Amino acid sequence: MLATDLLQYTVSGLTLGVIFALVAIGFNIIYNVTEIINFAQGEFVVVGGLLAVFFVGLGFPIPMAFGASVLVTAALGFGMERFVIRRARNASILSLIIITIAMSMIFKGSAMSLWGKDPYVLPPFSEGGPIMVAGAAIQPQALWVLAVSALVVIALSIFFHRSVYGKAMLACADNANAARMVGIPVRQMVLLSFVLSASVGAAAGVIITPISLMQYDRGAMLGLKGFAAAALGGLGNFYGALAAGAILGLAESFTAGYISSGYKDAVSLVLLLFALFFKPEGLFGSSEAAKLKKF
Amino acid sequence: MNTSPPPPSSTCLTMEEIHMQFGGVTALRNISYAIPRGIIQGVIGPNGAGKSTLFNCITGVLHPTMGRAVYEGVVLTGKPPHKIARLGLSRTFQHVALFSSMTVLENVMLGRHPKSKAGFWATGLRFPGMPGEEKDIRERALHFLNFVGLEREANHPAGSLPLGKQKILEVARALATEPKLLLLDEPAGGLNMRETENLGELIQEICGQGVTVMLVEHDMNLIMEISQRILVLHYGETLATGTPREIKDNPQVIEAYLGEG
Amino acid sequence: MSKKDWWIFLVTAFLIGVFPLVVQPFRSVSHYVDVMVFAGIFALVCIGLSMLMGYAGQISIAQAAFFGIGAYSSGILTVHFHMNPWAAMPVGAALAGFVAWLLGIPALRLKGHYLAMATLGFGVIVNIIMNEEVKWTGGPSGLVGIPGLSIGGREIFHELAWYYLVWGFVFMGLLFCFHVLHSRVGRALRAIHEEEAAAEAMGVPTARYKVQVFVLSAIFASIAGSLYTHYMAFINPSSFNLEWSIQFLLMVMVGGMQSLWGAVLGAVLMTFMRNEWLHVFADQEIIVYGALLLIVALFVPKGLVSLLPRLLPSRIFKSSGTREDES
Repeated sequence: MLATDLLQYTVSGLTLGVIFALVAIGFNIIYNVTEIINFAQGEFVVVGGLLAVFFVGLGFPIPMAFGASVLVTAALGFGMERFVIRRARNASILSLIIITIAMSMIFKGSAMSLWGKDPYVLPPFSEGGPIMVAGAAIQPQALWVLAVSALVVIALSIFFHRSVYGKAMLACADNANAARMVGIPVRQMVLLSFVLSASVGAAAGVIITPISLMQYDRGAMLGLKGFAAAALGGLGNFYGALAAGAILGLAESFTAGYISSGYKDAVSLVLLLFALFFKPEGLFGSSEAAKLKKF
Repeated sequence: MNTSPPPPSSTCLTMEEIHMQFGGVTALRNISYAIPRGIIQGVIGPNGAGKSTLFNCITGVLHPTMGRAVYEGVVLTGKPPHKIARLGLSRTFQHVALFSSMTVLENVMLGRHPKSKAGFWATGLRFPGMPGEEKDIRERALHFLNFVGLEREANHPAGSLPLGKQKILEVARALATEPKLLLLDEPAGGLNMRETENLGELIQEICGQGVTVMLVEHDMNLIMEISQRILVLHYGETLATGTPREIKDNPQVIEAYLGEG
Repeated sequence: MSKKDWWIFLVTAFLIGVFPLVVQPFRSVSHYVDVMVFAGIFALVCIGLSMLMGYAGQISIAQAAFFGIGAYSSGILTVHFHMNPWAAMPVGAALAGFVAWLLGIPALRLKGHYLAMATLGFGVIVNIIMNEEVKWTGGPSGLVGIPGLSIGGREIFHELAWYYLVWGFVFMGLLFCFHVLHSRVGRALRAIHEEEAAAEAMGVPTARYKVQVFVLSAIFASIAGSLYTHYMAFINPSSFNLEWSIQFLLMVMVGGMQSLWGAVLGAVLMTFMRNEWLHVFADQEIIVYGALLLIVALFVPKGLVSLLPRLLPSRIFKSSGTREDES
């Protein structure tokens, strides 16, 4: 019984964890290029999930609905950078924070106008009942979540380390002025970072909706927990985000299982505060490099 | 308070093997030096020699990797900058760091901070004594503005002053803390010849009032003219020390500067 | 306080003083007095936030949490422990101040985005506690049976009395903050905002001041929360959630965060919007708030008070020598 519970909580924790990690990666992509923390990151996840529900409702098969949702959310990311962030190029950090918060409110309000306040569910990606492993029931969708996330991470790694655009984006992250001088169009890279980040967020939204439903107001919490993973993993560090996401997901799942489901949301946030206060460079970052970053 | 041996009575500031490392880069290597009281101490060196880093190590902005700075028998290293300021050290910044939307007078009034006391409650509830203190702050600040000759700009926003006057304002703000040791980081940077000349006179006047001045400067004429002693840094190391005349004739110094181009 | 501020202070106090007399005879607007009670309560929160954000330059997305700490302290102490409301209020303020101090020491070492996230996370945690500690807080369904305030043994029922009480608090708060701002402490706060390193080098203990002003903003929010509790006689966690922290940000931004008058103006304006003018948008309200926040941040970063001098006779605003609250 004990072992069964343990396994069950571990699987659901890891499923949650990779979602946090994907949100965290979304934060990292934008942060790396712009040093902006996008407070609307959680809203990309919500919009992605709800759009998939919409497309499935139109009769799209799941893979097409997935693709369409990611595309539309990417377009939103494009619009956000092109028409809002670009205007605020010279704004103070405070203004930028306010601006991305304002965008999150606009996304959230729009989602509520379009979909109302009810939670929506998406059919699982594959048919069939839960897989029984040592007495624990594992939803096939959990495996889909892990698989799709792995694909996203691999695709991003290839993009950043092999493609010209990816390398150019990393160069901007390193030193925007130097990047500009060697002829990298920094503005386009910023645009690309918002598009990519929105896409990753949307993908996370689509794969999680069959398990945990999606509702217009989930963005803030998803964003905060995703940020917790990003901060704990070291802001800007992709693999750190994965590990930290897993830690947070497990912590949340075990708290819900063994302590109190009401306080499960608080766990990630308390860990976030501890990370920010005592190890702002993250578990896997170097404190020396962190001194050079603008927090 | 660390128990270091009492300094020779004539020493104001002692640097004891100050070593500063950033990652793999050594910015300062075992700098040991003593500044006597009441002089103008010049510090020169090519760009990147570590002059500003040395200032930051003394004033508590940076914590040296090894070594320490001792001022009038008190170990500075490890103390936060605001405590060091209260001990009687004040400074200006290489890149002007005024409170640009505050007025010229307010900038200098801020310099009175270590010399006044009222906190949130005392100011918010106007405790007796607090208005008097404010008046005193204003009068003393005006005095220092007069001293540097900026009294006519008292109510202008500091950011609206031309660079030359901003540099002077920084000096006035630092003086308002009534320092015993004043660290000036390239005060003549961006000044024209006449302004530089006036600045030189001002610095000598300050020193004449018993304030020890540590002056980092690129303007060789100024530094040779007004300093009594000079410390030359090169790649984070002490290259030479001595009087301006000795430094001028030092072949190593000449080579370092010529070598730089 | 400068002459200019005294004038604005007296004129505003006069306008606030006669406002009920003007609106009460007219049935269609007589409930504006009630709206203004809320506006005053929010203004108190915003004054504190303006000190923190506009003057000292430190962001907080947790003011609703401190507002809530005050509200629940007053609620719990009066309901469960039958404490006198006037005694509960300072207890709440002390608790909020203490929590702000504990949070502020590590949090205010952070800057910009990290500070925003830390305060945001803290605010959400406090809200979760309000929802979960059902035994004390009543949980999501709220805390009921909270007594009103009494003065001289008589409970105040009339909203007019509430109006003058709340705005009395606002003006006392304003007076306190103006005095702080026009002193060495105010200069130190603005100096921290503009050039923290230089302020530190001039002997300003920047870390301590940041924590102190954070505590001050929490105390203001907490007192406002206590007033809110006794006026409403009922509270639940949804009045103290993230949305409200953002509302307070919005009020301060709209009015102009680098001015205490802006904070008051923003609070009044946004309270009227919320209660009176935005009903037409119904559920789309939040889009309107988002758009408003966006427009202000992009195009009027200094808020509406920065536009006022252009509308009023220039003499009033330009005659004064000090620039202490224009910055």
